[in-house]
Formats: sequence, structure tokens, C-alpha cells
Amino acid sequence: MKADAAVPLAPGVHWVGALDPNLREFDVILKTANGTTYNAYCVRGSAGVAVIDTVKAEYADTFFERLQQVARYDEIIAIVLNHLEPDHTGALPELMRRAPQARLYISVKAQMMLKGLLKSDELAYTPVNTGDTISLGDRTLRFLNTPYLHWPDTQCTWLEDAGMLFSGDVFGCHFCDARLFNDRVGDFRFSFEYYYAHIMRPFREYVRDALDLIEPLDLKLIAPAHGPILRDAPRAYVQRYRQLAAPQLHNEAHRDKTLIVFYISAYGNTARMAQAVRDGAEEIDGVRASLYDLQGGEVTPFVDLIEEADAIAFGTPTINGDAVKPIWDLLSSLAVVKVSDKLGAAFGSYGWSGEGVNMVEDRLRGLKLRVPVKGVRVKLIPTEDELESCRELGRDLARHLTGRVARRVIDMSELLKEHPTHAQG
Amino acid sequence: MPKANVTFEDIGITVTVPAGTRLIEVSERVGAGITYSCREGECGTCIMKIVSGMENLAQRSVLEDKVLQENMAGRNNRLACQAQVLGGEIVVRPG
Ligand SMILES: Cc1cc2nc3c(=O)[nH]c(=O)nc-3n(C[C@H](O)[C@H](O)[C@H](O)COP(=O)(O)O)c2cc1C
Ligand code: FES
Ligand SMILES: [Fe+2]
Ligand SMILES: [Fe+2]
Repeated sequence: MKADAAVPLAPGVHWVGALDPNLREFDVILKTANGTTYNAYCVRGSAGVAVIDTVKAEYADTFFERLQQVARYDEIIAIVLNHLEPDHTGALPELMRRAPQARLYISVKAQMMLKGLLKSDELAYTPVNTGDTISLGDRTLRFLNTPYLHWPDTQCTWLEDAGMLFSGDVFGCHFCDARLFNDRVGDFRFSFEYYYAHIMRPFREYVRDALDLIEPLDLKLIAPAHGPILRDAPRAYVQRYRQLAAPQLHNEAHRDKTLIVFYISAYGNTARMAQAVRDGAEEIDGVRASLYDLQGGEVTPFVDLIEEADAIAFGTPTINGDAVKPIWDLLSSLAVVKVSDKLGAAFGSYGWSGEGVNMVEDRLRGLKLRVPVKGVRVKLIPTEDELESCRELGRDLARHLTGRVARRVIDMSELLKEHPTHAQG
Repeated sequence: MPKANVTFEDIGITVTVPAGTRLIEVSERVGAGITYSCREGECGTCIMKIVSGMENLAQRSVLEDKVLQENMAGRNNRLACQAQVLGGEIVVRPG
């Protein structure tokens, strides 16, 4: 293949993307040991040409070079953006200048972001949703709305006559190999898994919804926005996503709600409180509570555990006016899993100021967990009464988990006393 | 000062609040399941369902209307970070 050549995928369909072999880090959160590709595609119909996605701005020249080999700019009637992230829209402003007649198609949720991207007020575009189509004359592009994979705006585009799914970041990975096709390139299995784990995992409910739309398609090829084009056994990748989006741990207590109590303790005070929280929760039917000492474990397996839990409680002493580092290390590692549907709580022993518990509660709220029960703080060694309030914290949390809280009426002034400022300040 | 009763169905708590309060101020403090991101009526994260009492909330602003439309929200949805209570009884839940 000559450098900068458009690559045919099927009659009238070409890859017009760019290779970025030297990239070593993507979006701050991902390592890219052998670079990546920005895949853009060109589809020709009897009435005109559609361009699906573009490339990162630095690679615009290569993209236009490839595009020009397979289409004239005045033939382009549609520009489809499966995803607005700059790695796919970097060449968009220039493409719109070169093909001013082309209509822009974006997902309904992309509308609120397009303006931020193009910094222009008079933009003509058509928002599309699942089932909407555009005709290129003898062939049709159909849209699948697949939000939050991994931005609100993401969608997939289906070219029915060729059985091709232009999937955006979904089924993509950071792997650069000029041979492009999955049956030709080097071993990219790790990259595929790694990409899912870092980009898609927090959105697994949305992954499942997207798979519901994708699985019925008669797939012959998946054309993602990064990495190899999946023409050999494309369904295997769909199945793999299905597995990855399923719970990671088997839950033999599947009817029970699960509460994980994590703690750390230097002198055993917070440890005794943690035990009491667990014991209290266990008294409530339908709740399975477990206790973990953070000092005896590592972050990654704890993150897996949290992903499958319904509630998490953290016990921390206050050390130098703060909760302790292992707690923060774990709480700063939760960006890869969804936690916003969980309940959270905090408790701990302190010496004189005891800021740690509130800081952890605020962090939990910041992560969008619901913190329904006020945390218990105990000065130094917990008394039997104080341990009882820890058990009550466990029971209360368990009641919230099982939907057994008594209805109550309170006045705003009580809430203001407990939380004088906004939860997140 | 006129008061309103806001019930958060998911947690079974009713809060008596002064008229003019925004729902976000109550729901966060009471630990209801409505979640927030931008807190400024832009992202649509805080979309909630008004089970009853829509007439007891101040009208949608142009901004709120736009965000709700872009998120394909229905007639009974509002943004919790924007909606202000006027009085009477209001029942809400996440979603
Ligand atoms: C180095 C050090 C710093 C501490 N700093 C604080 C502090 O800033 N504020 C506070 O309330 N307690 C502070 N404490 C007291 C502990 O929070 C208290 O001893 C607590 O009971 C320890 O709980 P544990 O059973 O988990 O060890 C500090 C203790 C140590 C050893
Ligand atoms: S939190 Fe973003 S719109 Fe309300
Ligand atoms: Fe992306
Ligand atoms: Fe991307």
C-alpha cells in the first residue's frame, strides 16, 4: 500500500483515516504503547458521498490527501459525526470549508456540545436519533443512538447494504498497524481489552443498551474510529463486549443487597466501629455485609468489588486534619466504574478535630453516591453507646438499601443545620 | 413566608421548604437519588420526574427548555438544578 492511500473496504467504501504510531498517551488516562489510528470513512452512493468522522487536527493533511483520492469535495452531501471528541473532529472545520454544501449529521445529544466545538452560532446541522436515515441515492445510512459510549453524544452509523457498522469509539482500541484489518495486523487483543476497561467500563449499562441495538444487525464488518477494522469474525467482538458489560464477579447472594465496609485503623478504634457497622447491617434481612481492611489489600481488586456492590461505607481516622491516604487512593480510582447508583457512608475515630469523616462523605457525594445516613464520628476509643450508633448506622444504611425506611417529614431548617453549605460547596 | 412540601419518592422523605428554594438545594442535603454534574442547567444530568405538582414549580426558563428538549425529556421532566418551588405539594423522583 502506498503511503497516504485510501483503503477500500467494500465497493464505494474507503478508509480515509490517519496513523499516529508515535502517540504514547491518550486523553491523560490511557497509555498507547504502539500509538493509535484515527479512522475516518468515505461512503459513495449514486446521489453523493458521505464522510463519516474525521481525524485529529494534526493529521488533517493525510486525511484530505486520502479523501481526495476517492471523492471530490463538491460530491460530499453528508458529514456524519459519530462522536465529537477532537480526535475525530479535528479536521471538521476545514472539511466544512472545503465542502460547504455538505449537511452535518450529529446525534441528538451532540447538539449541546457542537457549539462548544466549532465556536460558531449559525451552524446548520441535522440531529438524528435511532432509526433515522439519510439516503445517498442507491444506499442508505441508518443511525443507532448509543449515548455515553463514552460521551453523551456518541452514536453508530449502519450501512445496511454492505453490512457495515461505523461504530465510533465503540469496539475501537489504540493500536497502530498500517495493515489495518484485524486478520492482518499484529496481536491487538490486549489493546482491545485495555480500551474497554478504561473507556467503556464506567458506562456498562449504556454498553448493554447499545448491544441491544447492534446484536440484531447482520454484521459483516465493524469499522471503529480507532485501531483495526474488524472484518474477520466481527460478531466475536460484539460478544466480547457483552461479556465485559456483564457483572465481573459472580454473586451467589444475588437476591441480597451487598454492603462493603472498608476501613483503616492505626490503634483499632476505627476497626471496632467498622465491625459494628457491619454487624448492624447484617441484622437487616436481605443485606449481605462484608468487612475489608484497606491495609490488607490493593486498589484494583477493591475497585472490582465496589463495582458490584450496592453500598460502600468507609471508616477512617483523622490524621493531620484529613482522612488517610489509602482511603483517598481508593476513592480516586473509581472513575473506571459506575458508582452513582450506590449508597455511601463514612465513619471514624478521631482525636480532637475529626475532619476525615465529613471529607469522605463530601467526596462520596462528589462521586454522585447517595449518602442517606449521617456519618458517625467517635472521639478516640468508642464506648458501648457509640458502638451502638455505629450498628445503627449499619442498620439504617441496610434499611435504605432494602427500601425499608420509614417515611418521614422534616423541615428545611434541620437540613441546613446538618449541611450548612451545599454538599459540594 | 409561603412554604412548600417536596417529597422525594425514592427515599420516602418529605421536606418542608420556603417558596423560592431550588430543588437541588434540598435533594442534595436530604440524600435523594437525583445526581448532578454541571449544576448550571447545561448538561441534563439532573433530569428528574415530577410525579405530581408540576404546577407548583416556576415555569421552565428558555435554557431549561432547550436542555430538556435536547435530552428528549418528556412533559413531566424538569432539571432539578433549575426548578424552583412556588408552594403546595410536589412529588419528585430521579429520572
Ligand atoms: C500522626 C497523627 C496525626 C493525627 N492527626 C489528627 C488530626 O489532625 N485531627 C484529629 O481529629 N485527630 C488526629 N489524630 C488522632 C487520631 O484520629 C485518633 O488517634 C484516632 O482515634 C485514631 O483512630 P484509629 O483507631 O483508627 O487509629 C492523629 C493521630 C496521629 C497518630
Ligand atoms: S446538573 Fe447539569 S443540568 Fe442540572
Ligand atoms: Fe472518544
Ligand atoms: Fe476516539
